[in-house]
Parts: sequence; C-alpha cells; structure tokens
Amino acid sequence: MTVSHPQASPASKSLVRALVTPEGVNLHLTLASAGERAAALLLDLVIIVVALIVLTILAVAAAATMKAKSQEVVQMIWLLGAFVLRSGYFLLFELTSRAATPGKRALGLRVVARDGGRLTAEAVFTRNALREIEVFLPPIFLMASSVAGDPVDGLIVLMAVIWSGAFMLFPLFNRDRLRMGDIVAGTWVVKSPRFALAPDLAGAANRSVFTPAFTFTPEQVNAYGVKELEILEDVLRRRDPRTLKAVASRIQGKIGWAPAPGETDVAFLTAYYGALRGRLEHRLLFGHRRRDKFDKA
Amino acid sequence: MNGLDLRSGRFRTEREADWRRLEALLKRAERGRAGRLSDSELLQLPQLYRAALSSLSVARATALDASLIAYLESLATRAYFFVYGTRMRLLQKVIGFFRHDWPMAVRGLWRETLVSAVIFVAATLIGYALVIHDPDWYGSIMPGAMEQGRDPTASTAALKAILYDTHHHEGLSSFATFLFTHNAQVSILAFALGFAFCIPTALLVAENGLSLGALFALYASRGLGFQVGGWLFIHGATELLATIIAGAAGFRIGWAVIFPGDRPRLDAASAAGRTAGAAMAGVVVMLVFAGILEGVGRQTVTADWARWSIAWVSLVLWLAYFYLPRGKTA
Repeated sequence: MTVSHPQASPASKSLVRALVTPEGVNLHLTLASAGERAAALLLDLVIIVVALIVLTILAVAAAATMKAKSQEVVQMIWLLGAFVLRSGYFLLFELTSRAATPGKRALGLRVVARDGGRLTAEAVFTRNALREIEVFLPPIFLMASSVAGDPVDGLIVLMAVIWSGAFMLFPLFNRDRLRMGDIVAGTWVVKSPRFALAPDLAGAANRSVFTPAFTFTPEQVNAYGVKELEILEDVLRRRDPRTLKAVASRIQGKIGWAPAPGETDVAFLTAYYGALRGRLEHRLLFGHRRRDKFDKA
Repeated sequence: MNGLDLRSGRFRTEREADWRRLEALLKRAERGRAGRLSDSELLQLPQLYRAALSSLSVARATALDASLIAYLESLATRAYFFVYGTRMRLLQKVIGFFRHDWPMAVRGLWRETLVSAVIFVAATLIGYALVIHDPDWYGSIMPGAMEQGRDPTASTAALKAILYDTHHHEGLSSFATFLFTHNAQVSILAFALGFAFCIPTALLVAENGLSLGALFALYASRGLGFQVGGWLFIHGATELLATIIAGAAGFRIGWAVIFPGDRPRLDAASAAGRTAGAAMAGVVVMLVFAGILEGVGRQTVTADWARWSIAWVSLVLWLAYFYLPRGKTA
C-alpha cells in the first residue's frame, strides 16, 4: 500500500475516464498505463517463479526424507501447487475486495468492470483464462523456436511467435489499454491511488502566520488564478527551500510586496496562499472560477 | 484565532471525522477475513460513502484545496468499489455456481456445443476411417509421446495388455493429478484461443477427435473395439464432454468477435466472455472428475461392462445436470 502525494504523478488526460456513480457523481478514473501494467505483471511473474522454486525445493527436501509410498503425496501436492500458481494466482487475488494481484497492489492498480458495475467472478475467470495465450504461449513458442531444426519448422514457429506476440502487445494498440482478456471479460485496469489527507495549509496548523502583518490589498490578491494557486499549494507542500525562495521573490516582484525584516519565505507564501484562496473561493461561490492569471473576468 | 476562517476550512473541519472513519473502515474491510466488520459497521459504510460523495461534490464546487479534492476522490472511489463491487460470500457463490450459474451457462451454449460436438464426431470418424484403411496414418495422427506402445506394429496381446494393466497401483493419485492439471491447461488454452476467430479452437477439438478415432481403429482392427471403448470412455465420457464444452465456450467468444450483431464489438465480446467464462470454470471441475476416473478408476476397475456402465452413468448424469429443465427458483 503506497500513500503518495497527489501532485506527484500528474495523470495524462487521455487516460481519464468518467465513472458516474448511481448517486450521480463523476469519479474520474485514470486507466493504468501500459508501462504500469507490464511492471505489475513482471512483479507477479517474479512472485510466481520464486514461489514455484520454493515449492520445488520444499517438495524435493520432503521427498528425500520419505518412503516411496508417501512421496506420491508430495508429488501430488507439487503438481496441484504448480497448477494453482499458474492458473489460480491471478484469479484468486483478483476475486478479493481489492481486485488486484500483489503486483497490481504494489503499483496502486485494480481491476474494474468497464460498465462500472459489479466485477463478477466469471469476468475475473475469463480475463485470466486469456492470459494463457497472452503470457504463457509466446515464451512456449519462443522456446520451441530455439529447438526447431529445419527451416520450414523454423518458419512456422516464427509465424507463431509473431502471432502470439501480437496478443501480448495488444494493449499498446488501443486507447483504453485493454488486453484481450479485458475485452472478453468486459474489464479494465485503473489506478486506485491512496492519498493521505494532508493538513490544510490555511488551517489551524499555520495559525501563527495569519497575522495583521500580512494584509494584502485587493489588487495584490487579484494577481493570480486557480492554476497558480494549485502550483503554490504544491510548492508549499514540497518545502524545497530553493523553490520557495524563487517563487516568493517572483510573487513579491509581481504584487510589489516589500518583505518586512525577519519575514521568512514560507510565512509570506503561506499567508499569500491563504489570502488568494480566500479570494478565489469567495468568487467561486458567486459562480466564477478564475482559471489563471490571464483570465480577466 | 484559528487559522484563516475560510469557508472551505470550516467545511473540512466539520466533515473530516467522517472521512477518517470511512477510511479506517475501508482499510479493515479490504484487509479481508481478519478485520471483518460488525453488522453496525457494515450498515454505516454505505452512509459514510454517500457522505463522502456529497463532500466531494461540495469540495469540487466550493473549495480550491487540490490535495483535499484528490483525497476525497480517492476515498470515494475506494468506497464505491467496496459498496458496489464484488462482495465475496465464497460459500454462497460456490453454491450458486453449482445450482444455476454453471448449468445455465452450459445450456446457453447449446448451439456452440452442437457445433463443437459435430466437429469432434466428424474428426473421430475421419480418424477412424483413415486408420482402418491404411494403418500408416496412425503414426502421423498420434503424437509419439502419447503412443506408449500402442501402435500398429504391436501384437494383439500386447495391445490388450495395455487395457488391463493394473500393476501401476502405486502412483495412481499423482497420475490422476497430472492428468487433471495437463487436461485443464489444454482446455483453458482451447477456450482462450477461441478469441482468434474460432479457428485454433476448432483445430484443437478436431485433433482430439482424430486421435480418438485413430486409436479406436487400431483396436477395432484387432477385434478389441468393445474393450477399448470401456478403457477410453470410463473417463472419456466426462473428459470429452468437457473438451467439447471448452471448445463451445471458445466458439462463443470467437463468434461474438466476428459477428457482434447490432451491439458494439467490445460489448458483444464481453457479454459472450461472461457466459463462456462460467461454463469454462465448470469445465475445470469436470476435468477433476475425469482425472480421478482415468488415473484411479480405470486402473482399479478392469471389467469391460463395469467400465462401460461407469461411462454411461457419468454421461447421463452430466447431461441431466446440464439440460434437464428445472424451476427458476431451484
């Protein structure tokens, strides 16, 4: 579970999809990018392979200490374990309420029904059955290609590699980043980030800043719009001293503010943030959202 | 003085406790079994979810605190998927699957099942005819690994011995497990390949039929048709039916992709995928039975008539389970 900063990963607009809840609120979902999907898959495959190796070592160790009769049980457990790992791993994890394998969880992704409804067990089964040809078939063909001796066999295997490779790269060629399993199951994979509630910059934590020493004239407060406010918020939350200094002097220059002796950049920026937000929110209540500093209305 | 007295700040202080409560409940609920919620907490969750949604709407309209809006969006989305998402009562789900989901899905695939069965039977007849007329075909139809001494050069006595071979009593259960995992993997593949316009699925089904026909022809030519039938169908009644249904499920998807009808191709494919997926999950269950019958049943039951009766009984039971009409509420 990762708790990240909202501005840390600006979502590219082309991957945002509308999900309107039955209550009528649009929860803008962001689709996972192809890179994130690939990384999650690799992580899962590593987990599966490591688990398989551990299972094998345990089985061999257990079998070595047993008589022939009970070795059979070990063999059965190994066969079933390998089967569950290959065919059940994705299925079982995606059936939980998090709807994500450990790899997807690590990258903050989850599986969602495309129509916004319930993610059914059938859908999860189907999307993972198709993994068989997307993930497991290409390597099998690839291995076959290395043993194919005569040129005709080699050509057939090459065609097979291309054919199955097309399935593997399928998500790159549609704008919803659907793999074939997603298409057939009616699902897609979205970002499901977890943001911690950051303290309110204009709240009680900064009460010492909001003193009469920082009183801005209406002209000074009208210098910027919402876009600049959001950038200022980001700068204040990151607290990088050099950026703070640069931004503070930039704003001071623009609004003609002469810093009092002993006044820190953070104090000035926080106070200005509070004043600007108060002004913009006030106008928002009257139905006007001032987009940025060029928005004259 | 309590900070700047912004309206959005007051809004936040008033609602924050509810958001945090929702967050804590979700965290416990998502952790699963260990952190099960009490009844009153479960009732609270949708209320808190709606409160969070309304907070989000208000915040979007009146607040300019970007991190607050991002937080509310992520919280509301998480809660949405919990409130409207899969609620796994595993036992109920499993019971529902065996009672209606699975037979309904198989029944829904009857047209595809018929096609799949016709392909299979036709391939079986072709395989039979080819090998009866020219035993040389046997070598090209049967992949070498599967022959295990069952080829036209073997003596009749040797062929017969294979049918009643029981001295492998040890290793039966692991043999059954191996058969199950192998067959399940192949049938999932047959299903998944349906996506590629049905053709690979048809080939896989046909290949199964061809080798069945070829093997049958080999034994029939030595007058062992009835005996090999018992040997094959004791588990084959279940396994071949499963193969045919897996093929049918693949056809359903491939067909929806080629001919989506009046729906968008994506919708058609996903609607087909859901029915076919339920049928496929059932196929895996059938293959467990087939694996046990082949690995254990066939090695311990050696009388031909007993094998044949198991074959017929299992076939009738499966067909009755899938196709017998039953009340909607059953």
